[in-house]
Amino acid sequence: MTIKNTRMKNAKQGLQAKFHLQHSKSRFALNVDLTLPDSGVTAIFGESGSGKTTLLRCIAGLEKAQQGHFVMKGETWQSDTSFLPTHKRSLGYVFQESSLFPHLTAKGNLDYAIKRSGIPLPAHLYDQVINLMGIESILANNSQQLSGGEKQRVAIARALLIQPTLLLMDEPLASLDNARKHEILPYLEKLKSTLKTPILYVSHSVEEVMRLADHVVLMHNGQVATQGSVADVFSQLKSPLLMNHDTSVIWQGKIVEQDDKWHLSKVSCSGTELWLRNNGDALGQTIRVRILATDVSLTLTHHDDSSIVNKLPVTVLDIVPDQDPAMALIKLKTEQNTLIARLTYRSVDHLALTAGKTLWAQIKSVALVR
Amino acid sequence: MLSPSDLEAIWLTFRVATTVTVILLLIGTPIAWWLARTRSRLKGPISAIVALPLVLPPTVLGFYLLIAMGPNGFIGQLTQELGLGTLPFTFWGLIVASVFYSLPFVVQPIQNAIEAIGERPLEVAATLRAGSWDRFFTVVLPLAKPGFITAAILGFTHTVGEFGVVLMIGGNIPGQTRVVSVQIYDHVEALEYDQAHKLAAIMIIFSFLVLLSLYSFQRKNTLWGAK
Repeated sequence: MTIKNTRMKNAKQGLQAKFHLQHSKSRFALNVDLTLPDSGVTAIFGESGSGKTTLLRCIAGLEKAQQGHFVMKGETWQSDTSFLPTHKRSLGYVFQESSLFPHLTAKGNLDYAIKRSGIPLPAHLYDQVINLMGIESILANNSQQLSGGEKQRVAIARALLIQPTLLLMDEPLASLDNARKHEILPYLEKLKSTLKTPILYVSHSVEEVMRLADHVVLMHNGQVATQGSVADVFSQLKSPLLMNHDTSVIWQGKIVEQDDKWHLSKVSCSGTELWLRNNGDALGQTIRVRILATDVSLTLTHHDDSSIVNKLPVTVLDIVPDQDPAMALIKLKTEQNTLIARLTYRSVDHLALTAGKTLWAQIKSVALVR
Repeated sequence: MLSPSDLEAIWLTFRVATTVTVILLLIGTPIAWWLARTRSRLKGPISAIVALPLVLPPTVLGFYLLIAMGPNGFIGQLTQELGLGTLPFTFWGLIVASVFYSLPFVVQPIQNAIEAIGERPLEVAATLRAGSWDRFFTVVLPLAKPGFITAAILGFTHTVGEFGVVLMIGGNIPGQTRVVSVQIYDHVEALEYDQAHKLAAIMIIFSFLVLLSLYSFQRKNTLWGAK
């Protein structure tokens, strides 16, 4: 009884999205049935044409799925019998390209949202959003005078000032060049750590997903290929995600020690400790690191006579073929984390690797994602 | 300088053109909105009907309107049932005819402007909690403003410049339907070339100034608004 109640409560709190949409003029069909966490950043990830933007538009009510069901924190936005129009949904939406109203100033765009949010805006929230996006100095500018990055920051601030219960972001960085992307990414990270609003973030960029997402939904051909925590999804060996990208894993951890002499930081990822270059992060700071499968090698014994700093005891979980017939991907387990190594089959044979075998992993390089 | 009947004709022309422009903006906007955004198969036929006055001789339009507004026509029967009598050869008859005649000059600039805005600003406004009327007044109207101004100017001037339809439907009643173009015609018929000259010159200067302001306004503006 208690368990059932808890479950029902959880179901009510979560975010349920079920859509079936068939475009009349193309063969594309969206077919999803998802339950998503209602906190943190959920990335909807996939190549172009996989239906991620369509899914987001269905959630916003900008596109009407023939069959749809969407419940957000117990509030039904769409069901078999009801369809709440977009302007009655408590959402914020950031579009891919600049979407500021050209006839208003930056401030005018923000006021447009504030006036219509229906919730009184606490002064501290306004200041917080302006500071978070760093747009104080450009508020009086005409929106057409702003650079691409500035426009997008104002657009994000505008979406936040509506005080949504759900923030939808459709590739907010895709229309920007690399320099602008790196200008905005830190703002998004701050946003994520400061505000409680759950975010659905559509992207086809591995970098953005690894830096921002807690949860990943991988879309393929209008369907959900897989979903899970960012660590789980990226450590899947046979995910189509890995076909086009360098196989790697993501670990999240806290900085627990600084070595000032050698300019290194020690990060603890659920018990597993790694050393990496000191990037100026403070003690106690939560960071994410990425370990490429090509940077992991295996030895049967612990070597002290090596230049490798990070050596971890691991257990082999699984061995699968890589796209390259000479190579194998070895899925390994540390105490709490998953690691993937990319080795030649000759090495697999030489080390006599099988599932369950324990040995040492040497990690040549650990990249800070954030 | 100008005779009282000339002044009366100018004042009447102004009243007709203003009334027609206001009515055209009110009924042309929803038509333009629908044409700009519909995917219906009726879009083609409706566009063609709206554009007909561009190519038809005014006499053809005037002839059918005369029949429709006459005692046995469907508009005529409606107006009689409403106790308004029949419309031909009255001020309001002239208004109805002019509305049809100038419709494309108002619908097309507004339609172009709305098409140029596209869906996106409306979607953005919807995600910012703006309902459909709110979206129209706070997004469509300001962004399509140059289109509306062009439409109003073209509707006004085109109505000022009409002649054939007036003759067919309005006749030549002082203070009711004798507009400037008809007055000039009367002067010429009566060989009063001096009087005709004055009115004709006023028409040329007026039209030139209006078009000049329209073109300098359009050069400063794109369809999206002030640059």
